Amino acid sequence: MGAIFAPFLAPHDPFNPATLNLMNGFTGPMTPNQFTQDVFVLGTDDQGRDVLSTILFGMRISLFVGFSAVFLAMILGVILGLLAGYIGGWLDSVIMRVADVQLTFPSILVAMLIFGIAKGVTPAEFRDQVAIWVLILAIGLSDWVQFARVVRGATLVERQKEYVQAAQLIGRANIAVMLKHILPNVLNPVLVIATISLALAIIAEATLSFLGVGAPPTKPSLGTLIRIGQEYMFSGEWWILFFPAITLLALALSINLLGDWLRDALNPRLR
Amino acid sequence: MQLTHSKKTLRTMLMTAAVSAVAISSVSAETLRWARAGDSLTLDPHAQNEGPTHTLAHQIYEPLIIRDMSGQFQAALATDWAPSPDDPNVWVFNLREGVTYHDGAAFTAEDVVFSIGRAQSENSNMKELLNSIVEVRAVDDLTVEMVTDGPNPILPSNLTNLFMMDSGWAEANGVVEVQDVEGGETTFAATNANGTGAYKLVSREPDVRTVLTQNENYWGIGQFPLAITEIIYTPIQNAATRVAALLSGEVDFIQDVPVQDLDRVANTDGLVVKTAPQNRVIFFGMNMGAADIANDNVDGANPLADVRVRRAMNMAINREAIQQVVMRGQSQPAGMIAPPFVNGWTAEMDGSVSTDVEAARVLMAEAGYSDGFSIQLDCPNDRYINDEAICQAAVGMMAQIGITVNLDAKPKAQHFPLITNGETDFYMLGWGVPTYDSEYIFNFLTHTRGDDRGSWNGTGYSNPEMDTMIQSLASETDLNARNATIQAIWDDVQEQQLYLPIHHQVLNWGMSDAVGIDVSPEDDPKFKFFTMN
Repeated sequence: MGAIFAPFLAPHDPFNPATLNLMNGFTGPMTPNQFTQDVFVLGTDDQGRDVLSTILFGMRISLFVGFSAVFLAMILGVILGLLAGYIGGWLDSVIMRVADVQLTFPSILVAMLIFGIAKGVTPAEFRDQVAIWVLILAIGLSDWVQFARVVRGATLVERQKEYVQAAQLIGRANIAVMLKHILPNVLNPVLVIATISLALAIIAEATLSFLGVGAPPTKPSLGTLIRIGQEYMFSGEWWILFFPAITLLALALSINLLGDWLRDALNPRLR
Repeated sequence: MQLTHSKKTLRTMLMTAAVSAVAISSVSAETLRWARAGDSLTLDPHAQNEGPTHTLAHQIYEPLIIRDMSGQFQAALATDWAPSPDDPNVWVFNLREGVTYHDGAAFTAEDVVFSIGRAQSENSNMKELLNSIVEVRAVDDLTVEMVTDGPNPILPSNLTNLFMMDSGWAEANGVVEVQDVEGGETTFAATNANGTGAYKLVSREPDVRTVLTQNENYWGIGQFPLAITEIIYTPIQNAATRVAALLSGEVDFIQDVPVQDLDRVANTDGLVVKTAPQNRVIFFGMNMGAADIANDNVDGANPLADVRVRRAMNMAINREAIQQVVMRGQSQPAGMIAPPFVNGWTAEMDGSVSTDVEAARVLMAEAGYSDGFSIQLDCPNDRYINDEAICQAAVGMMAQIGITVNLDAKPKAQHFPLITNGETDFYMLGWGVPTYDSEYIFNFLTHTRGDDRGSWNGTGYSNPEMDTMIQSLASETDLNARNATIQAIWDDVQEQQLYLPIHHQVLNWGMSDAVGIDVSPEDDPKFKFFTMN
């Protein structure tokens, strides 16, 4: 909630570099700055950005990237999974072998690869603007396999059922059978995977940004903030690392809990 | 503390390993584990005129004359040098006798002729230091004469980073030509080394680990402390990791303690921080020569070509804030791109800047950019102290006068070629001055880029009048007239706002208290001078 309404809640706009006062850098939480006497609830980072505002805005980026990436992965995974499960044959083999090959790489590596290629091909002046979209694409493309596998499995089961055969008998087109009849019945597990993937995607985004290949330093996401913060771990400026890290933890935890709840709620046997 | 401990461990290991304990000599092996943010760019001693590259080369190769740890001249491969009594255009160098390279070959006058010639060749990055030399003659095996195009009183100070290679080794290994770093070439000499220095190369993995061991045939044994017998050099880019390595005793010596960790390191038992102002200035350069620049949003014009824009940018930089917050006091704000060590520096020019955002906005409006423009800033992230943080701070400062800056920070190995190839429009650079004279700065940074000079001038600035003045410096023997010319050139540089100076760096070396050495103003530890407590 805080993330959505960040522009109204946050005391400062951390993404507008013109409003930053470097003299506010490294202010501790709730202590007045030694030069400007300004007070910040959670302190400021090395560039004088208010940590609270930056977390709120950073969370927006993290959530946006997470949702979009999972959405992309879901669309891709469901379509490919349906095709593989329903049509079968060589198409099934091709899709599933591609999925197997991709599963052998850690998804973070795949994401870094995509990110690196995209950085190379985009012109410099757009790089900051497209960085977020590239991030979404990178995480989305590295994450579709789970969806595809689950949907394929469920589709294989559903395909044998009477209602599907009935639909085929009355001459409905394959595409209609897949979308209208099978899809609704395989959607439950997909939703559960989606929530778990969301938490993973947020962590993947944070990891990429932590490694310095994600969100640009002038538009920090939670991962970028943690990367900045860890530079100052030894010097006692703990708040730059601590608050973003706690936020990331809380975010991932609450989404996982949501996923658990959703699984229970959608499972008729547990209801 | 930590070092003695590791020494003990090492000894114990040696004891256990060598069952025939007789073999162990009484000489204690002192290994120095050395870390800094970045690695040497190449082992080819003439391919890159860059601080960390020279620092590693100084352990393996030697020039005719070096500067000791306090910056004073000291005889290295030359024992003495003087202008010829017969001809004011000739310098005579007497070479040291009985010096051999690591592979056993003897060092002779032929190698000096070869090395200077190599450093003057097309791909060399050291040409600017040698462009007054017209001929190098080997008079006999141990005497060399250098003929200049006019009397050059400061020639010796141009030779302190000019390393001597063995001509035979270079020919045998096909490295007579200097490595073309900008062209992405690697050669045998870039990964192997054969010098006369106090340390020999044992192994090298670029950006990972370089191991050197003491040269048992070194000519200076007995003249220098040579307390360190083995050097293990590991670049550690991440500041926190570097400090952690020092705190945990994993390394003994780091050249760049992050400013936020100075207290932490100094207050740790067994560790010391030694501080001294560095002979290095940090600044931004701008591509003002191009008709249009690639990385901006202005079509058909180059905003940086307008001196008013450059002045506005200069006024927008809040050097005070960078010093107080980014550098935590460990810098001295600069108004010119020469450190105070350098002949030609004046307090007046260096103190000439003040931050005035209002006036800067007016200048921007006068230049027709009241709405600003966008541009990319290229920045290294493993070269200068807090380089990326300074660039980030500049993003905010430029935004205040309407300039939207896209920051692209990357390792120096990718950053520097952008400057030397002229592929960046707005960049950060730092410049140390090993000759302690302004001519060095002008030759590399303000002279028109050409075959002999201006190789690090990424601004595209070209002024024939200034070029003539710069060229006259090498052979001007009247020091007052020479200094007047230097001042005149500086006036132009300041007037045209060729660069945006930021600050002079302050060096902070962190080390185990077993290491005995003081900070050198050029940030170039030469380990043969190190003692161990």
